[in-house]
Amino acid sequence: MEAAISVILVFMIIGAIFAIHAKDLLSAVITCGIIGYGLVICFLLLRAPDLAIVQIVVETITLVIMVAVVLDSTRREPFSKPDLREYVNISTAVVIIAVIFFFLKMASGSLDEFGKGSLRMAEHYIEGASSKTGSANLVTGVIFDFRGYDTLGEATVLVTAVLGVITILRLKGKK
Amino acid sequence: MTVYLLCFILFLVGLYGIITRRNLVKIVISLSIMEFSVFLFLALIGYVEGGSAPIIDPATPGGIYVDPLPQAMVLTAIVIGLATTAMLMSVIIRIYRKYKTLDVREIKNLRG
Repeated sequence: MEAAISVILVFMIIGAIFAIHAKDLLSAVITCGIIGYGLVICFLLLRAPDLAIVQIVVETITLVIMVAVVLDSTRREPFSKPDLREYVNISTAVVIIAVIFFFLKMASGSLDEFGKGSLRMAEHYIEGASSKTGSANLVTGVIFDFRGYDTLGEATVLVTAVLGVITILRLKGKK
Repeated sequence: MTVYLLCFILFLVGLYGIITRRNLVKIVISLSIMEFSVFLFLALIGYVEGGSAPIIDPATPGGIYVDPLPQAMVLTAIVIGLATTAMLMSVIIRIYRKYKTLDVREIKNLRG
Protein backbone atom coordinates (compact mmCIF):
# COMPACT_ATOMS: atom_id res chain seq x y z
CA MET A 1 0.00 0.00 0.00
CA GLU A 2 2.72 2.42 1.04
CA ALA A 3 4.77 1.60 -2.06
CA ALA A 4 1.83 2.16 -4.44
CA ILE A 5 1.00 5.53 -2.92
CA SER A 6 4.68 6.53 -3.01
CA VAL A 7 4.89 5.76 -6.73
CA ILE A 8 1.78 7.84 -7.47
CA LEU A 9 3.15 10.65 -5.29
CA VAL A 10 6.42 10.67 -7.24
CA PHE A 11 4.44 11.07 -10.47
CA MET A 12 2.43 13.87 -8.87
CA ILE A 13 5.64 15.67 -7.84
CA ILE A 14 7.04 15.38 -11.38
CA GLY A 15 3.75 16.74 -12.73
CA ALA A 16 3.84 19.62 -10.25
CA ILE A 17 7.39 20.57 -11.21
CA PHE A 18 6.45 20.51 -14.89
CA ALA A 19 3.27 22.52 -14.25
CA ILE A 20 5.11 25.43 -12.65
CA HIS A 21 7.82 25.50 -15.32
CA ALA A 22 5.76 24.98 -18.50
CA LYS A 23 6.10 27.58 -21.25
CA ASP A 24 2.50 27.21 -22.34
CA LEU A 25 -0.21 28.08 -19.83
CA LEU A 26 -2.69 25.60 -21.33
CA SER A 27 -0.29 22.69 -20.83
CA ALA A 28 0.41 23.91 -17.29
CA VAL A 29 -3.31 23.82 -16.51
CA ILE A 30 -3.75 20.36 -18.01
CA THR A 31 -0.71 19.09 -16.10
CA CYS A 32 -2.40 20.34 -12.95
CA GLY A 33 -5.03 17.71 -13.79
CA ILE A 34 -2.41 14.96 -13.32
CA ILE A 35 -2.04 16.01 -9.70
CA GLY A 36 -5.79 16.18 -9.10
CA TYR A 37 -6.60 12.82 -10.64
CA GLY A 38 -3.54 11.21 -9.03
CA LEU A 39 -5.03 12.36 -5.75
CA VAL A 40 -8.26 10.52 -6.68
CA ILE A 41 -6.33 7.24 -7.06
CA CYS A 42 -4.58 7.85 -3.72
CA PHE A 43 -7.96 8.40 -2.03
CA LEU A 44 -9.28 5.16 -3.48
CA LEU A 45 -6.21 3.29 -2.19
CA LEU A 46 -6.70 4.89 1.23
CA ARG A 47 -10.29 3.58 1.41
CA ALA A 48 -11.99 6.95 1.08
CA PRO A 49 -14.60 6.53 -1.69
CA ASP A 50 -16.54 9.68 -0.71
CA LEU A 51 -13.43 11.81 -1.07
CA ALA A 52 -12.60 10.22 -4.42
CA ILE A 53 -16.06 11.00 -5.84
CA VAL A 54 -15.99 14.61 -4.63
CA GLN A 55 -12.42 15.09 -5.84
CA ILE A 56 -13.27 13.84 -9.37
CA VAL A 57 -16.18 16.29 -9.63
CA VAL A 58 -14.23 19.22 -8.16
CA GLU A 59 -11.13 18.57 -10.29
CA THR A 60 -13.20 18.45 -13.48
CA ILE A 61 -14.95 21.73 -12.63
CA THR A 62 -11.62 23.37 -11.72
CA LEU A 63 -10.05 22.23 -15.01
CA VAL A 64 -12.99 23.61 -16.99
CA ILE A 65 -12.81 26.97 -15.19
CA MET A 66 -9.03 27.22 -15.61
CA VAL A 67 -9.10 26.28 -19.30
CA ALA A 68 -11.86 28.84 -19.89
CA VAL A 69 -9.81 31.57 -18.20
CA VAL A 70 -6.62 30.67 -20.08
CA LEU A 71 -8.40 30.59 -23.45
CA ASP A 72 -10.08 33.91 -22.64
CA SER A 73 -6.78 35.61 -21.75
CA THR A 74 -3.37 34.64 -23.07
CA ARG A 75 -1.73 31.25 -23.45
CA ARG A 76 1.88 32.20 -23.80
CA GLU A 77 4.12 33.08 -20.94
CA PRO A 78 6.47 35.76 -22.27
CA PHE A 79 10.03 34.62 -21.86
CA SER A 80 12.36 37.14 -20.29
CA LYS A 81 16.05 36.73 -19.59
CA PRO A 82 16.53 35.95 -15.90
CA ASP A 83 18.01 38.98 -14.22
CA LEU A 84 19.73 39.39 -10.86
CA ARG A 85 16.47 39.89 -9.01
CA GLU A 86 15.12 36.57 -10.22
CA TYR A 87 18.25 34.73 -9.10
CA VAL A 88 17.92 36.36 -5.68
CA ASN A 89 14.25 35.29 -5.57
CA ILE A 90 15.00 31.69 -6.47
CA SER A 91 17.88 31.35 -4.02
CA THR A 92 15.75 32.87 -1.23
CA ALA A 93 12.95 30.44 -2.05
CA VAL A 94 15.31 27.46 -1.98
CA VAL A 95 16.68 28.52 1.42
CA ILE A 96 13.17 28.99 2.86
CA ILE A 97 12.07 25.61 1.49
CA ALA A 98 15.14 23.85 2.91
CA VAL A 99 14.47 25.33 6.36
CA ILE A 100 10.77 24.38 6.27
CA PHE A 101 11.62 20.86 5.06
CA PHE A 102 14.04 20.46 7.96
CA PHE A 103 11.35 21.38 10.48
CA LEU A 104 8.71 19.22 8.78
CA LYS A 105 11.07 16.25 8.87
CA MET A 106 11.71 16.91 12.56
CA ALA A 107 7.97 17.15 13.27
CA SER A 108 7.17 14.00 11.30
CA GLY A 109 9.03 11.99 13.97
CA SER A 110 6.14 12.57 16.37
CA LEU A 111 3.55 11.24 13.91
CA ASP A 112 2.16 7.75 14.18
CA GLU A 113 3.67 5.34 11.73
CA PHE A 114 1.79 5.02 8.46
CA GLY A 115 -1.20 2.68 8.82
CA LYS A 116 -1.00 2.45 12.61
CA GLY A 117 -2.96 5.56 13.53
CA SER A 118 -4.76 5.66 16.85
CA LEU A 119 -8.56 5.73 16.67
CA ARG A 120 -9.33 7.47 19.97
CA MET A 121 -11.86 9.82 18.41
CA ALA A 122 -13.15 7.42 15.82
CA GLU A 123 -14.03 4.60 18.20
CA HIS A 124 -17.08 6.47 19.44
CA TYR A 125 -18.11 7.32 15.91
CA ILE A 126 -17.71 3.76 14.70
CA GLU A 127 -19.62 2.29 17.64
CA GLY A 128 -22.35 4.90 18.01
CA ALA A 129 -22.79 6.60 14.67
CA SER A 130 -24.84 3.90 13.04
CA SER A 131 -27.45 3.78 15.81
CA LYS A 132 -27.34 7.51 16.70
CA THR A 133 -27.58 8.95 13.20
CA GLY A 134 -29.18 6.09 11.31
CA SER A 135 -26.61 6.39 8.54
CA ALA A 136 -24.54 3.40 7.48
CA ASN A 137 -21.93 5.71 5.95
CA LEU A 138 -19.86 7.11 8.83
CA VAL A 139 -18.56 10.09 6.86
CA THR A 140 -22.11 11.21 6.14
CA GLY A 141 -22.97 10.74 9.80
CA VAL A 142 -20.05 12.88 10.95
CA ILE A 143 -20.65 15.65 8.41
CA PHE A 144 -24.40 16.04 8.71
CA ASP A 145 -24.97 15.08 12.34
CA PHE A 146 -22.03 15.32 14.74
CA ARG A 147 -20.52 18.30 12.94
CA GLY A 148 -23.60 19.78 11.34
CA TYR A 149 -22.63 23.36 12.22
CA ASP A 150 -19.35 22.83 10.38
CA THR A 151 -21.31 22.00 7.26
CA LEU A 152 -23.50 25.07 7.81
CA GLY A 153 -20.30 27.16 7.90
CA GLU A 154 -19.11 25.49 4.70
CA ALA A 155 -22.38 26.37 2.98
CA THR A 156 -21.96 29.99 4.16
CA VAL A 157 -18.46 30.11 2.69
CA LEU A 158 -19.76 28.72 -0.61
CA VAL A 159 -22.57 31.30 -0.81
CA THR A 160 -20.10 34.09 -0.02
CA ALA A 161 -17.73 32.86 -2.74
CA VAL A 162 -20.52 32.68 -5.33
CA LEU A 163 -21.68 36.20 -4.40
CA GLY A 164 -18.06 37.38 -4.68
CA VAL A 165 -17.62 35.86 -8.14
CA ILE A 166 -20.88 37.41 -9.36
CA THR A 167 -19.90 40.82 -7.97
CA ILE A 168 -16.40 40.74 -9.45
CA LEU A 169 -17.53 39.63 -12.90
CA ARG A 170 -20.44 42.09 -13.14
CA LEU A 171 -18.42 45.09 -12.01
CA LYS A 172 -17.82 47.82 -14.61
CA GLY A 173 -14.21 48.80 -14.02
CA LYS A 174 -12.95 52.39 -14.13
CA LYS A 175 -11.45 53.32 -17.49
CA MET B 1 7.37 7.41 6.74
CA THR B 2 8.36 7.80 3.06
CA VAL B 3 4.81 8.78 2.09
CA TYR B 4 4.75 11.61 4.62
CA LEU B 5 8.05 12.98 3.32
CA LEU B 6 6.90 12.78 -0.32
CA CYS B 7 3.73 14.59 0.72
CA PHE B 8 5.83 17.37 2.32
CA ILE B 9 7.92 17.60 -0.87
CA LEU B 10 4.75 18.08 -2.94
CA PHE B 11 3.70 20.87 -0.53
CA LEU B 12 7.11 22.54 -0.86
CA VAL B 13 7.04 22.34 -4.67
CA GLY B 14 3.80 24.33 -4.51
CA LEU B 15 5.39 26.82 -2.11
CA TYR B 16 8.35 27.24 -4.48
CA GLY B 17 5.92 27.97 -7.32
CA ILE B 18 4.09 30.62 -5.30
CA ILE B 19 7.33 32.39 -4.32
CA THR B 20 9.13 32.41 -7.67
CA ARG B 21 6.51 32.46 -10.47
CA ARG B 22 5.39 35.77 -11.99
CA ASN B 23 2.34 34.53 -13.88
CA LEU B 24 -0.98 34.81 -12.02
CA VAL B 25 -2.40 31.54 -13.41
CA LYS B 26 0.71 29.67 -12.32
CA ILE B 27 0.43 31.13 -8.84
CA VAL B 28 -3.13 29.77 -8.61
CA ILE B 29 -1.94 26.36 -9.87
CA SER B 30 0.78 26.32 -7.20
CA LEU B 31 -1.81 27.19 -4.56
CA SER B 32 -3.97 24.26 -5.59
CA ILE B 33 -0.92 21.96 -5.52
CA MET B 34 -0.37 22.95 -1.88
CA GLU B 35 -4.06 22.30 -1.17
CA PHE B 36 -3.88 18.82 -2.70
CA SER B 37 -0.85 17.87 -0.65
CA VAL B 38 -2.58 18.90 2.58
CA PHE B 39 -5.69 16.85 1.66
CA LEU B 40 -3.53 13.84 0.96
CA PHE B 41 -1.65 14.29 4.24
CA LEU B 42 -4.88 14.32 6.27
CA ALA B 43 -6.18 11.25 4.44
CA LEU B 44 -2.86 9.46 5.09
CA ILE B 45 -3.07 10.17 8.82
CA GLY B 46 -6.51 8.55 9.03
CA TYR B 47 -5.51 5.36 7.26
CA VAL B 48 -5.50 2.13 9.29
CA GLU B 49 -3.70 -0.92 7.94
CA GLY B 50 -6.23 -3.53 6.85
CA GLY B 51 -9.19 -1.23 7.46
CA SER B 52 -12.13 -1.02 5.12
CA ALA B 53 -14.01 2.08 3.92
CA PRO B 54 -16.02 3.68 6.77
CA ILE B 55 -19.37 2.27 5.68
CA ILE B 56 -20.89 0.05 8.36
CA ASP B 57 -21.68 -3.43 7.16
CA PRO B 58 -24.32 -4.94 9.50
CA ALA B 59 -23.41 -8.44 8.36
CA THR B 60 -19.92 -8.25 9.95
CA PRO B 61 -20.01 -6.44 13.32
CA GLY B 62 -16.71 -5.39 14.87
CA GLY B 63 -14.84 -4.93 11.61
CA ILE B 64 -11.85 -2.59 11.26
CA TYR B 65 -12.58 0.74 9.60
CA VAL B 66 -10.37 3.67 8.64
CA ASP B 67 -10.79 6.90 10.60
CA PRO B 68 -13.89 8.75 9.29
CA LEU B 69 -13.07 12.08 10.99
CA PRO B 70 -10.18 13.29 8.73
CA GLN B 71 -12.23 12.21 5.71
CA ALA B 72 -15.15 14.38 6.80
CA MET B 73 -12.82 17.35 7.34
CA VAL B 74 -11.13 16.89 3.95
CA LEU B 75 -14.53 16.66 2.26
CA THR B 76 -15.35 20.13 3.61
CA ALA B 77 -11.93 21.47 2.63
CA ILE B 78 -12.13 20.19 -0.97
CA VAL B 79 -15.37 22.06 -1.63
CA ILE B 80 -14.03 25.25 -0.08
CA GLY B 81 -10.88 24.88 -2.21
CA LEU B 82 -13.07 24.87 -5.32
CA ALA B 83 -14.78 28.08 -4.14
CA THR B 84 -11.47 29.89 -3.54
CA THR B 85 -10.08 28.77 -6.91
CA ALA B 86 -13.17 30.03 -8.74
CA MET B 87 -12.92 33.36 -6.90
CA LEU B 88 -9.20 33.78 -7.74
CA MET B 89 -9.91 32.93 -11.38
CA SER B 90 -12.60 35.61 -11.64
CA VAL B 91 -10.16 38.16 -10.16
CA ILE B 92 -7.61 37.07 -12.79
CA ILE B 93 -10.15 37.65 -15.59
CA ARG B 94 -10.79 41.19 -14.33
CA ILE B 95 -7.05 41.93 -14.05
CA TYR B 96 -6.42 40.68 -17.59
CA ARG B 97 -9.23 42.81 -19.03
CA LYS B 98 -7.81 45.95 -17.38
CA TYR B 99 -4.05 45.47 -17.82
CA LYS B 100 -3.89 43.07 -20.83
CA THR B 101 -1.25 41.00 -19.06
CA LEU B 102 -0.97 38.24 -16.48
CA ASP B 103 2.55 39.19 -15.39
CA VAL B 104 2.65 40.49 -11.83
CA ARG B 105 5.64 42.70 -12.62
CA GLU B 106 3.69 44.76 -15.13
CA ILE B 107 0.62 45.38 -12.98
CA LYS B 108 2.04 48.54 -11.50
CA ASN B 109 -1.13 50.22 -10.25
CA LEU B 110 -1.51 47.64 -7.55
CA ARG B 111 1.78 48.63 -5.92
CA GLY B 112 1.39 50.13 -2.49
